[in-house]
Amino acid sequence: MTAETGTIHISLKVWRQNGPRDRGRFQTIDVPDVETHMSFLEMLDVVNERLAADGDVPIEFDNDCREGICGMCGAVVNGIAHGPKRAATLCQLHMRTFRDGDTVVVEPWRARAFRLVKDLVVDRSPLDRIMEAGGYISVNTGSAIEANTIPMPQKNADLAMDAAACIGCGACVAACPNASAMLFVGAKVSHLALLPQGRPEAAQRALAMERTMGDLGFGNCSNERECEAVCPKEIKITNIARLNREFIKAGFCSSRT
Amino acid sequence: MELAGRAPDGPLQDKWDRHRFELKLVNPANKRKYRIIVVGTGLAGGSASASLAELGYDVQTFCLQDSPRRAHSIAAQGGINAAKNYPNDGDSIWRLFYDTVKGGDYRSREANVYRLAQVSNHIIDHCVAQGVPFAREYGGLLANRSFGGAQVSRTFYARGQTGQQLLLGAYSALCRQVAAGKIRMFPRREMMALVLDDDRAVGIVTRNLINGDLERHEADAVVLATGGYGNVFFLSTNAMSSNVSAALMAYRKGAVFANPCFSQIHPTCIPHHGEYQSKLTLMSESLRNDGRVWVPKKAGDHRSPKDIPEAERDYYLERRYPSFGNLVPRDVASRAAKAVCDAGYGVGPTGYAVYLDFADAIQRDGKEVIRRKYGNLFDMYRNIVDDDPYEMPMMIYPASHYTMGGLWVDYNLMSTIPGLFVIGEANFSDHGANRLGASALMQGLADGYFVLPYTISGYLAGKAPQNSGTDQPAFDTAVKEVEEEIRTLLSAAGKRSPDSFHRELGRIMWDHCGMARNKAGLEKALGLIEGLREEYRSNLRVPGSDRDLNQSLQKAFRVGDFLDFAQVMTLDALERNESCGGHFREEFQTEEGEAKRDDERFCHVTAWEYQGDKALPRSHVEPLVFENVKLAQRSYK
Repeated sequence: MTAETGTIHISLKVWRQNGPRDRGRFQTIDVPDVETHMSFLEMLDVVNERLAADGDVPIEFDNDCREGICGMCGAVVNGIAHGPKRAATLCQLHMRTFRDGDTVVVEPWRARAFRLVKDLVVDRSPLDRIMEAGGYISVNTGSAIEANTIPMPQKNADLAMDAAACIGCGACVAACPNASAMLFVGAKVSHLALLPQGRPEAAQRALAMERTMGDLGFGNCSNERECEAVCPKEIKITNIARLNREFIKAGFCSSRT
Repeated sequence: MELAGRAPDGPLQDKWDRHRFELKLVNPANKRKYRIIVVGTGLAGGSASASLAELGYDVQTFCLQDSPRRAHSIAAQGGINAAKNYPNDGDSIWRLFYDTVKGGDYRSREANVYRLAQVSNHIIDHCVAQGVPFAREYGGLLANRSFGGAQVSRTFYARGQTGQQLLLGAYSALCRQVAAGKIRMFPRREMMALVLDDDRAVGIVTRNLINGDLERHEADAVVLATGGYGNVFFLSTNAMSSNVSAALMAYRKGAVFANPCFSQIHPTCIPHHGEYQSKLTLMSESLRNDGRVWVPKKAGDHRSPKDIPEAERDYYLERRYPSFGNLVPRDVASRAAKAVCDAGYGVGPTGYAVYLDFADAIQRDGKEVIRRKYGNLFDMYRNIVDDDPYEMPMMIYPASHYTMGGLWVDYNLMSTIPGLFVIGEANFSDHGANRLGASALMQGLADGYFVLPYTISGYLAGKAPQNSGTDQPAFDTAVKEVEEEIRTLLSAAGKRSPDSFHRELGRIMWDHCGMARNKAGLEKALGLIEGLREEYRSNLRVPGSDRDLNQSLQKAFRVGDFLDFAQVMTLDALERNESCGGHFREEFQTEEGEAKRDDERFCHVTAWEYQGDKALPRSHVEPLVFENVKLAQRSYK
């Protein structure tokens, strides 16, 4: 494009692991001609084409929309979940972020609850299990009332939207020293608790989602704020505070335990 | 083959009510005995799975992503239409119906489109009840905005993430049914075969993408919600995994494919920038409200745009369309950009881009006003291109975005294979030759929440629950065929990767079957596609094994299907000797360069029937009858 186009020479140290029972190791790959306009995933595409041409097995990594919204991609790059660019998923990271001669270390999300599948691919289905525990409003198709019957303060709608923007990528878990999913749970509990239609189940939801998170092997929150720092959608930890309030309220006031 | 649309008789307004009354019902106590397979978890598949499970059916849902929250519906930005008429500006079900038929250039079924408009309001009610955080006015009521192709404000939105929020609504409803034990969810599965027994759909074979196991699933009905085929162009705004394979499996088993040449090209995308590029990113069309589109007057002018004086710029849209200027519809703007680039006036490193310049708007309104309107889009552009659109004109180029064609379905959304239903972008039914903005989300959810759950009972009520088991010969044969295909792909000793074939196919389709087509080009494309198919069979190389996660193998399957599909799409474009909506044949245009329909000869749906791998498919016709709308020429002069 009109901006300076250039190429850089990088050394890629990428985690290779052939399934959960394999030990895993770093593979170092020399990439002498990375165009700086490439996205990080396009750089991996190019590396994979070369690996395959040399009879090697390509690096497996999850990705889909490549526009930062599906939540499918993600890896720890140079120690940071989704890489050094703030508020961006891995697919939105471009190679111009790196300098000529850099070593770029790429690892999968590492968390007890996320079993490794292969190379950079992990199993994030525990996040679906948490959602199944209560991340919904119980309404059957056909039984809804007219949409404008319940007015909602614009501010609450905005706060709910801020929380609902979570893409479920799992970066918060990968970044947390406790491998906690509190930001994920907090975002969903907040989104629904802020809406009038979400109130009837708010107590039960907070209790069930929090408990399921613990059961699945995620740690708890100790206010490190690492999750907030890497979240590509800039979800704030005030959502965790809201989760805690809902949780405590539910514990004291609800007949459920 | 007679293509019976099965739309009921009677006045348009009463058809759906009457049909719902006439459809047979399944006794509530018996619903659990019927198993329904849903393939795909976008808006259509997710909403259908949840709604069918709520009714009591035994649902099995499959997706190829790691979670049913990720399908490409999630990327839709703009909004969802409904005929609520909250702004009191004259909207109605009839107007939404009329706009959709007209926007589709009169190539869709009146009865289907009217039903879509009828259920649109229920979608908004339901999504609000689910907790979708739509934008609101200060008073707390729902906000609307206007969108292309309509003179009323009927679009509901959740910031620039409407698709995401609607999909998360459907996903949460699906999660609730998984927890209730009514849906069994199978993520990371790819459909490999459709299984028929006695010409009815009775199941599918899937491949577990993690361990490579081939799995057999039996059901009373199979629902395909597998999206569109925009990735036939390789570079598109679709997600990387969007593919045509499931639809093609159905096609090879006898489901006919309708209007494959109807594809939509979106005019404002970030242009192609290098050989390694994997996808194109869409930028909201709203940018054309303030940006001026131009190219240098001199071909091959490589000066920086800031150094090109006003007199040496060609604002070609303003020049050619003085009244609509930069706001001509999607297809017109796209074709005009292609024309100037083909003639050598394009800019950027590839010569396939045009400028979208905000300098005048910034000078007129100030930088702050422009930032408030388009700040997030400018940021997105800067992140991808590394160039500041406040200082330098943006570069844009059209890209493949949505496909209106799809598997043919009747009014019940059932394909020509009994028991095989097709919903969402995967079917052809509602958008005709062109889809209006904010209507894709509406159709996906209409099919899944409010149409299929009714119509599928009409089919199930007429049959006994399936319980022949998956040991039948039909499943054995299907599995054996898939195993054979996998063996062939992995043992291929060629040199080229699946991606390199896909890239080459994309180029052929973009050049000859893209936004402007002509007879010679389409005939040439048929030859090129055939040649590439042959080379694919002899010169492919797929690394890795079939016993673990192997994305190259997945790609190889999908690219093979795109190669087969490209032929059908090109044949359809060749046979339709008219221009309409997104299908523009250069031979058939008005003096102003607008699409020139031929309602005498082509007011119909063309559906293609598979005749074997070596033979060309056969075309069938479903005439379109317009009883309520008068056919007219679109004009944007």
